[in-house]
Amino acid sequence: MADPELQRGWIDTELELEFPELALWLTRIDARSRASPRLVRTRLRELAGRINGNHVVHMRQDAVPWAYRVFWRQVGIDPDTDRTPVERLAVERLRAGGIPSRNLLDDAVTIATLETAVPVLALDADLVGAQIGLRLTGAGECFGGSGRPLSEQVIVVADEDRTLALLSGEVAEQRGVTRKTSRMVLGAVQVKGVPLISVEEALWTVADTLSGPG
Amino acid sequence: MPDVLEHHSLSVAQQQGPPSPLAPLREGIDERFARRTLREQIARLEGELSALFISTWPRKGFDLSVCAPAIAPRLLNLGELELLRDDLARRIDEGRRELSDRTWVEAQHRCRIEEMLLEPERHKWVRVSNQDIGEPGCKHWHVRPRWGILGMFLNWWRVRISSGCPLAEGRGRWPRPGALHFESYPSLV
Repeated sequence: MADPELQRGWIDTELELEFPELALWLTRIDARSRASPRLVRTRLRELAGRINGNHVVHMRQDAVPWAYRVFWRQVGIDPDTDRTPVERLAVERLRAGGIPSRNLLDDAVTIATLETAVPVLALDADLVGAQIGLRLTGAGECFGGSGRPLSEQVIVVADEDRTLALLSGEVAEQRGVTRKTSRMVLGAVQVKGVPLISVEEALWTVADTLSGPG
Repeated sequence: MPDVLEHHSLSVAQQQGPPSPLAPLREGIDERFARRTLREQIARLEGELSALFISTWPRKGFDLSVCAPAIAPRLLNLGELELLRDDLARRIDEGRRELSDRTWVEAQHRCRIEEMLLEPERHKWVRVSNQDIGEPGCKHWHVRPRWGILGMFLNWWRVRISSGCPLAEGRGRWPRPGALHFESYPSLV
Protein backbone atom coordinates (compact mmCIF):
# COMPACT_ATOMS: atom_id res chain seq x y z
CA MET A 1 0.00 0.00 0.00
CA ALA A 2 1.25 3.48 -0.93
CA ASP A 3 1.85 5.85 1.97
CA PRO A 4 -1.12 8.20 2.36
CA GLU A 5 -0.57 11.84 1.59
CA LEU A 6 -0.03 14.16 4.55
CA GLN A 7 -1.57 17.62 4.75
CA ARG A 8 -0.58 20.38 7.08
CA GLY A 9 -3.46 21.74 9.11
CA TRP A 10 -3.94 25.46 9.65
CA ILE A 11 -2.63 27.17 12.77
CA ASP A 12 -4.23 30.16 14.40
CA THR A 13 -2.02 33.25 13.96
CA GLU A 14 -1.75 33.98 17.69
CA LEU A 15 -0.78 30.39 18.40
CA GLU A 16 1.73 30.35 15.57
CA LEU A 17 3.39 33.49 16.88
CA GLU A 18 3.73 31.88 20.31
CA PHE A 19 4.82 28.44 19.07
CA PRO A 20 6.37 28.86 15.61
CA GLU A 21 7.38 25.19 15.39
CA LEU A 22 3.94 23.84 16.26
CA ALA A 23 2.23 21.95 13.43
CA LEU A 24 -0.70 19.63 12.90
CA TRP A 25 -0.31 16.93 10.26
CA LEU A 26 -3.35 15.18 8.89
CA THR A 27 -4.17 12.33 6.59
CA ARG A 28 -7.50 10.95 5.44
CA ILE A 29 -7.95 7.24 4.91
CA ASP A 30 -10.76 4.87 4.05
CA ALA A 31 -10.73 2.31 6.83
CA ARG A 32 -12.92 0.75 9.47
CA SER A 33 -12.03 -0.30 12.97
CA ARG A 34 -12.71 -3.90 13.95
CA ALA A 35 -11.28 -6.58 16.17
CA SER A 36 -7.53 -6.75 15.75
CA PRO A 37 -6.16 -9.57 13.63
CA ARG A 38 -3.60 -11.97 15.08
CA LEU A 39 -0.72 -10.13 13.40
CA VAL A 40 -1.53 -6.91 15.25
CA ARG A 41 -1.99 -8.71 18.56
CA THR A 42 1.38 -10.40 18.08
CA ARG A 43 2.95 -7.03 17.35
CA LEU A 44 1.44 -5.58 20.52
CA ARG A 45 2.79 -8.50 22.52
CA GLU A 46 6.28 -8.07 21.08
CA LEU A 47 6.13 -4.35 21.76
CA ALA A 48 5.10 -4.99 25.36
CA GLY A 49 8.09 -7.31 25.74
CA ARG A 50 10.45 -4.50 24.78
CA ILE A 51 9.18 -2.10 27.45
CA ASN A 52 10.57 -2.45 30.96
CA GLY A 53 10.99 -0.19 33.98
CA ASN A 54 14.46 0.95 32.96
CA HIS A 55 13.16 1.87 29.51
CA VAL A 56 10.31 3.91 30.96
CA VAL A 57 12.54 5.76 33.42
CA HIS A 58 15.01 6.75 30.71
CA MET A 59 12.29 7.53 28.17
CA ARG A 60 12.09 11.14 29.34
CA GLN A 61 15.61 11.79 28.07
CA ASP A 62 14.92 10.48 24.57
CA ALA A 63 14.56 13.32 22.09
CA VAL A 64 10.93 12.94 21.01
CA PRO A 65 9.33 12.05 24.38
CA TRP A 66 11.37 14.87 25.94
CA ALA A 67 10.09 17.33 23.30
CA TYR A 68 6.49 16.47 24.22
CA ARG A 69 7.28 16.71 27.95
CA VAL A 70 8.68 20.18 27.40
CA PHE A 71 5.65 21.23 25.38
CA TRP A 72 3.34 19.84 28.06
CA ARG A 73 5.22 21.90 30.64
CA GLN A 74 5.11 25.05 28.48
CA VAL A 75 1.33 24.83 28.11
CA GLY A 76 0.81 24.44 31.83
CA ILE A 77 0.45 20.68 32.21
CA ASP A 78 2.58 18.71 34.65
CA PRO A 79 3.84 15.74 32.58
CA ASP A 80 4.33 13.71 35.75
CA THR A 81 0.65 14.02 36.66
CA ASP A 82 -1.03 14.19 33.24
CA ARG A 83 1.48 12.15 31.31
CA THR A 84 2.25 12.56 27.65
CA PRO A 85 0.57 9.82 25.56
CA VAL A 86 3.71 7.76 25.08
CA GLU A 87 4.61 7.84 28.76
CA ARG A 88 1.02 7.07 29.72
CA LEU A 89 1.02 3.98 27.49
CA ALA A 90 4.42 2.84 28.75
CA VAL A 91 3.47 3.25 32.42
CA GLU A 92 0.16 1.49 31.75
CA ARG A 93 2.11 -1.39 30.19
CA LEU A 94 4.17 -1.68 33.40
CA ARG A 95 1.07 -1.61 35.60
CA ALA A 96 -0.92 -4.11 33.52
CA GLY A 97 2.03 -6.37 32.74
CA GLY A 98 1.21 -6.23 29.03
CA ILE A 99 -0.68 -4.32 26.39
CA PRO A 100 -4.19 -5.68 25.98
CA SER A 101 -5.75 -5.55 22.54
CA ARG A 102 -8.86 -3.34 22.37
CA ASN A 103 -9.74 -2.84 18.72
CA LEU A 104 -7.83 -2.29 15.52
CA LEU A 105 -7.79 1.52 15.69
CA ASP A 106 -6.76 1.73 19.35
CA ASP A 107 -4.13 -0.94 18.81
CA ALA A 108 -2.79 0.85 15.73
CA VAL A 109 -2.56 4.14 17.65
CA THR A 110 -0.86 2.37 20.56
CA ILE A 111 1.71 0.74 18.26
CA ALA A 112 2.42 4.00 16.44
CA THR A 113 2.72 6.01 19.67
CA LEU A 114 5.02 3.53 21.38
CA GLU A 115 7.18 3.10 18.28
CA THR A 116 7.58 6.79 17.47
CA ALA A 117 6.54 8.59 20.70
CA VAL A 118 4.27 10.80 18.57
CA PRO A 119 0.62 10.86 19.73
CA VAL A 120 -1.98 10.22 17.03
CA LEU A 121 -5.65 11.08 17.19
CA ALA A 122 -8.40 9.76 14.97
CA LEU A 123 -11.66 11.44 13.96
CA ASP A 124 -14.61 10.38 11.86
CA ALA A 125 -14.01 12.12 8.52
CA ASP A 126 -17.75 12.37 7.81
CA LEU A 127 -18.44 14.18 11.08
CA VAL A 128 -15.75 16.85 10.88
CA GLY A 129 -15.16 19.76 8.53
CA ALA A 130 -12.75 19.81 5.63
CA GLN A 131 -10.32 22.27 7.19
CA ILE A 132 -8.85 21.10 10.47
CA GLY A 133 -6.26 22.99 12.46
CA LEU A 134 -5.09 24.24 15.84
CA ARG A 135 -6.42 27.32 17.56
CA LEU A 136 -7.06 28.88 20.94
CA THR A 137 -10.51 28.79 22.47
CA GLY A 138 -12.48 31.95 23.00
CA ALA A 139 -14.70 32.98 25.89
CA GLY A 140 -17.70 30.75 26.62
CA GLU A 141 -16.73 28.05 24.16
CA CYS A 142 -17.81 24.43 24.70
CA PHE A 143 -15.97 21.23 23.87
CA GLY A 144 -17.32 19.81 20.61
CA GLY A 145 -19.74 22.70 20.26
CA SER A 146 -22.20 21.47 22.90
CA GLY A 147 -20.09 19.63 25.49
CA ARG A 148 -18.52 20.87 28.69
CA PRO A 149 -17.36 24.48 28.82
CA LEU A 150 -13.70 25.13 28.10
CA SER A 151 -11.51 27.82 29.62
CA GLU A 152 -10.20 30.61 27.48
CA GLN A 153 -6.90 30.25 25.58
CA VAL A 154 -7.00 26.44 25.57
CA ILE A 155 -5.17 24.90 22.60
CA VAL A 156 -7.59 22.72 20.68
CA VAL A 157 -7.87 20.83 17.43
CA ALA A 158 -10.82 22.39 15.61
CA ASP A 159 -12.55 22.60 12.25
CA GLU A 160 -14.36 25.60 10.81
CA ASP A 161 -17.28 25.28 13.23
CA ARG A 162 -16.27 23.67 16.51
CA THR A 163 -13.57 22.22 18.69
CA LEU A 164 -12.82 18.58 17.93
CA ALA A 165 -10.15 17.41 20.34
CA LEU A 166 -7.77 18.49 23.07
CA LEU A 167 -4.02 18.07 22.76
CA SER A 168 -4.14 15.49 25.54
CA GLY A 169 -5.92 13.19 23.06
CA GLU A 170 -9.47 13.59 24.29
CA VAL A 171 -11.86 13.68 21.31
CA ALA A 172 -15.18 15.48 21.45
CA GLU A 173 -18.31 13.39 21.66
CA GLN A 174 -19.82 12.47 18.27
CA ARG A 175 -16.60 13.36 16.42
CA GLY A 176 -14.62 10.24 17.25
CA VAL A 177 -14.44 6.97 15.36
CA THR A 178 -17.32 4.53 15.87
CA ARG A 179 -18.31 1.20 14.32
CA LYS A 180 -20.16 3.06 11.58
CA THR A 181 -17.10 5.06 10.57
CA SER A 182 -15.78 4.23 7.13
CA ARG A 183 -13.48 7.22 6.59
CA MET A 184 -11.08 8.58 9.16
CA VAL A 185 -8.95 11.63 9.66
CA LEU A 186 -5.70 10.84 11.44
CA GLY A 187 -3.85 13.73 13.04
CA ALA A 188 -0.54 14.21 14.81
CA VAL A 189 0.76 17.33 16.53
CA GLN A 190 4.39 18.18 15.86
CA VAL A 191 6.13 20.28 18.50
CA LYS A 192 9.58 21.84 18.65
CA GLY A 193 12.24 19.13 18.66
CA VAL A 194 10.18 16.46 16.93
CA PRO A 195 11.43 15.64 13.43
CA LEU A 196 8.85 15.46 10.66
CA ILE A 197 9.95 11.92 9.85
CA SER A 198 8.71 10.74 13.26
CA VAL A 199 5.31 12.33 12.65
CA GLU A 200 5.11 10.78 9.18
CA GLU A 201 6.07 7.39 10.55
CA ALA A 202 3.42 7.61 13.26
CA LEU A 203 0.64 8.45 10.81
CA TRP A 204 1.79 5.90 8.25
CA THR A 205 2.01 3.19 10.93
CA VAL A 206 -1.61 3.78 11.94
CA ALA A 207 -2.78 3.90 8.32
CA ASP A 208 -0.78 0.80 7.43
CA THR A 209 -2.05 -1.17 10.43
CA LEU A 210 -5.66 -0.21 9.71
CA SER A 211 -5.48 -1.25 6.09
CA GLY A 212 -3.39 -4.35 6.70
CA PRO A 213 -4.55 -7.91 6.03
CA GLY A 214 -6.93 -9.60 8.38
CA MET B 1 13.15 67.14 41.79
CA PRO B 2 13.92 63.40 42.21
CA ASP B 3 11.89 63.51 45.42
CA VAL B 4 8.93 64.88 43.49
CA LEU B 5 9.28 62.21 40.80
CA GLU B 6 9.63 59.51 43.39
CA HIS B 7 6.57 60.77 45.21
CA HIS B 8 4.61 60.87 41.94
CA SER B 9 5.53 57.29 40.93
CA LEU B 10 4.76 56.06 44.44
CA SER B 11 1.33 57.63 44.43
CA VAL B 12 0.54 56.11 41.01
CA ALA B 13 1.61 52.69 42.26
CA GLN B 14 -0.55 53.10 45.36
CA GLN B 15 -3.56 54.02 43.24
CA GLN B 16 -3.11 50.95 41.02
CA GLY B 17 -2.72 48.54 43.96
CA PRO B 18 -0.53 45.44 43.98
CA PRO B 19 -0.07 43.91 40.51
CA SER B 20 -1.78 40.56 40.01
CA PRO B 21 0.75 37.87 39.10
CA LEU B 22 -1.44 36.68 36.23
CA ALA B 23 -2.15 40.07 34.69
CA PRO B 24 0.14 41.58 32.03
CA LEU B 25 2.89 43.64 33.68
CA ARG B 26 2.27 46.66 31.47
CA GLU B 27 -0.55 47.34 29.11
CA GLY B 28 0.24 47.83 25.44
CA ILE B 29 3.63 46.16 25.54
CA ASP B 30 4.28 43.06 23.47
CA GLU B 31 5.34 40.40 25.94
CA ARG B 32 5.73 37.71 23.31
CA PHE B 33 9.53 37.76 23.32
CA ALA B 34 9.62 37.61 27.10
CA ARG B 35 7.27 34.63 27.02
CA ARG B 36 9.41 32.93 24.40
CA THR B 37 12.53 33.43 26.52
CA LEU B 38 10.72 32.01 29.53
CA ARG B 39 9.60 28.98 27.52
CA GLU B 40 13.21 28.36 26.47
CA GLN B 41 14.27 28.55 30.11
CA ILE B 42 11.48 26.14 31.04
CA ALA B 43 12.65 23.73 28.33
CA ARG B 44 16.22 23.83 29.67
CA LEU B 45 15.04 23.37 33.25
CA GLU B 46 12.78 20.48 32.25
CA GLY B 47 15.85 18.80 30.73
CA GLU B 48 17.75 19.31 33.98
CA LEU B 49 14.82 17.99 36.01
CA SER B 50 14.65 14.88 33.83
CA ALA B 51 18.38 14.31 34.27
CA LEU B 52 17.99 14.76 38.03
CA PHE B 53 15.08 12.30 38.11
CA ILE B 54 17.21 9.69 36.36
CA SER B 55 20.11 10.37 38.74
CA THR B 56 17.88 9.84 41.74
CA TRP B 57 16.42 6.58 40.43
CA PRO B 58 16.03 4.01 42.06
CA ARG B 59 16.17 5.99 45.30
CA LYS B 60 12.83 6.87 46.80
CA GLY B 61 11.52 9.84 48.72
CA PHE B 62 12.49 12.63 46.31
CA ASP B 63 9.79 15.18 45.67
CA LEU B 64 10.40 16.54 42.16
CA SER B 65 6.81 17.55 41.49
CA VAL B 66 6.19 20.98 40.05
CA CYS B 67 2.90 22.85 40.20
CA ALA B 68 0.78 22.77 37.06
CA PRO B 69 -0.84 26.13 36.28
CA ALA B 70 -3.47 24.59 33.99
CA ILE B 71 -5.69 21.51 33.78
CA ALA B 72 -5.99 21.69 29.99
CA PRO B 73 -3.15 22.71 27.65
CA ARG B 74 -3.41 26.45 27.17
CA LEU B 75 -1.38 29.55 26.50
CA LEU B 76 0.22 30.72 29.73
CA ASN B 77 0.74 34.40 30.39
CA LEU B 78 3.99 35.98 31.52
CA GLY B 79 3.22 35.73 35.24
CA GLU B 80 2.30 32.05 35.04
CA LEU B 81 5.41 31.25 33.01
CA GLU B 82 7.57 33.06 35.55
CA LEU B 83 6.00 31.17 38.45
CA LEU B 84 6.49 27.90 36.59
CA ARG B 85 10.13 28.72 35.78
CA ASP B 86 10.84 29.67 39.39
CA ASP B 87 9.13 26.54 40.71
CA LEU B 88 11.15 24.35 38.34
CA ALA B 89 14.40 26.04 39.35
CA ARG B 90 13.56 25.67 43.05
CA ARG B 91 12.70 21.98 42.66
CA ILE B 92 15.93 21.30 40.79
CA ASP B 93 17.94 23.15 43.40
CA GLU B 94 16.28 21.31 46.29
CA GLY B 95 16.51 17.98 44.49
CA ARG B 96 20.21 18.40 43.76
CA ARG B 97 20.95 19.35 47.34
CA GLU B 98 18.99 16.38 48.65
CA LEU B 99 20.68 14.04 46.19
CA SER B 100 24.08 15.39 47.19
CA ASP B 101 23.29 14.76 50.89
CA ARG B 102 21.95 11.31 50.12
CA THR B 103 24.99 10.29 48.02
CA TRP B 104 27.33 11.49 50.80
CA VAL B 105 25.52 9.25 53.29
CA GLU B 106 25.61 6.38 50.78
CA ALA B 107 29.36 6.81 50.38
CA GLN B 108 29.72 6.59 54.16
CA HIS B 109 27.69 3.38 54.14
CA ARG B 110 29.91 1.91 51.43
CA CYS B 111 33.00 2.69 53.49
CA ARG B 112 31.30 1.10 56.45
CA ILE B 113 30.67 -2.12 54.49
CA GLU B 114 34.39 -2.30 53.66
CA GLU B 115 35.26 -1.76 57.31
CA MET B 116 32.73 -4.40 58.34
CA LEU B 117 34.28 -6.90 55.96
CA LEU B 118 37.80 -6.12 57.21
CA GLU B 119 37.02 -6.01 60.94
CA PRO B 120 33.58 -7.46 61.69
CA GLU B 121 34.24 -7.63 65.43
CA ARG B 122 34.36 -3.82 65.52
CA HIS B 123 30.91 -3.52 63.97
CA LYS B 124 28.86 -6.01 65.95
CA TRP B 125 25.27 -6.44 64.75
CA VAL B 126 25.59 -3.62 62.23
CA ARG B 127 23.35 -4.07 59.23
CA VAL B 128 23.64 -2.14 55.95
CA SER B 129 21.12 -2.66 53.16
CA ASN B 130 21.18 -1.95 49.45
CA GLN B 131 18.79 0.92 50.06
CA ASP B 132 21.42 2.52 52.31
CA ILE B 133 23.90 2.61 49.43
CA GLY B 134 21.35 3.76 46.84
CA GLU B 135 21.02 0.46 45.02
CA PRO B 136 17.84 -1.41 44.07
CA GLY B 137 16.94 -4.71 45.71
CA CYS B 138 16.93 -5.89 49.30
CA LYS B 139 20.43 -7.29 49.65
CA HIS B 140 22.04 -6.49 52.99
CA TRP B 141 25.28 -6.91 54.91
CA HIS B 142 24.83 -7.97 58.50
CA VAL B 143 27.56 -8.54 61.11
CA ARG B 144 26.59 -11.60 63.16
CA PRO B 145 28.45 -13.95 65.53
CA ARG B 146 29.70 -17.15 64.02
CA TRP B 147 28.16 -20.28 65.63
CA GLY B 148 25.59 -18.25 67.52
CA ILE B 149 26.12 -17.64 71.21
CA LEU B 150 29.49 -19.40 71.16
CA GLY B 151 30.77 -16.89 68.63
CA MET B 152 29.53 -14.07 70.83
CA PHE B 153 31.50 -15.37 73.81
CA LEU B 154 34.63 -16.07 71.74
CA ASN B 155 34.30 -12.84 69.73
CA TRP B 156 34.05 -14.67 66.39
CA TRP B 157 32.13 -12.34 64.09
CA ARG B 158 31.46 -12.48 60.39
CA VAL B 159 29.51 -10.54 57.74
CA ARG B 160 26.51 -12.35 56.43
CA ILE B 161 25.45 -11.16 53.00
CA SER B 162 21.88 -11.72 51.96
CA SER B 163 21.39 -11.64 48.22
CA GLY B 164 17.89 -10.27 48.60
CA CYS B 165 14.33 -11.42 48.11
CA PRO B 166 13.57 -14.63 46.29
CA LEU B 167 12.45 -14.10 42.72
CA ALA B 168 8.73 -13.73 42.14
CA GLU B 169 8.67 -16.82 39.94
CA GLY B 170 9.80 -19.07 42.77
CA ARG B 171 12.89 -21.22 43.01
CA GLY B 172 11.70 -23.94 40.66
CA ARG B 173 13.15 -27.44 40.82
CA TRP B 174 16.65 -26.29 41.66
CA PRO B 175 17.58 -23.35 43.85
CA ARG B 176 18.40 -20.29 41.79
CA PRO B 177 21.87 -18.85 42.35
CA GLY B 178 20.34 -15.45 43.09
CA ALA B 179 18.25 -16.86 45.93
CA LEU B 180 21.16 -18.51 47.73
CA HIS B 181 22.75 -16.96 50.74
CA PHE B 182 26.47 -17.00 50.98
CA GLU B 183 28.70 -15.88 53.73
CA SER B 184 31.98 -14.14 53.89
CA TYR B 185 34.53 -15.45 56.32
CA PRO B 186 36.73 -12.70 57.60
CA SER B 187 39.56 -13.55 59.89
CA LEU B 188 38.57 -15.28 63.09
CA VAL B 189 39.81 -13.52 66.13
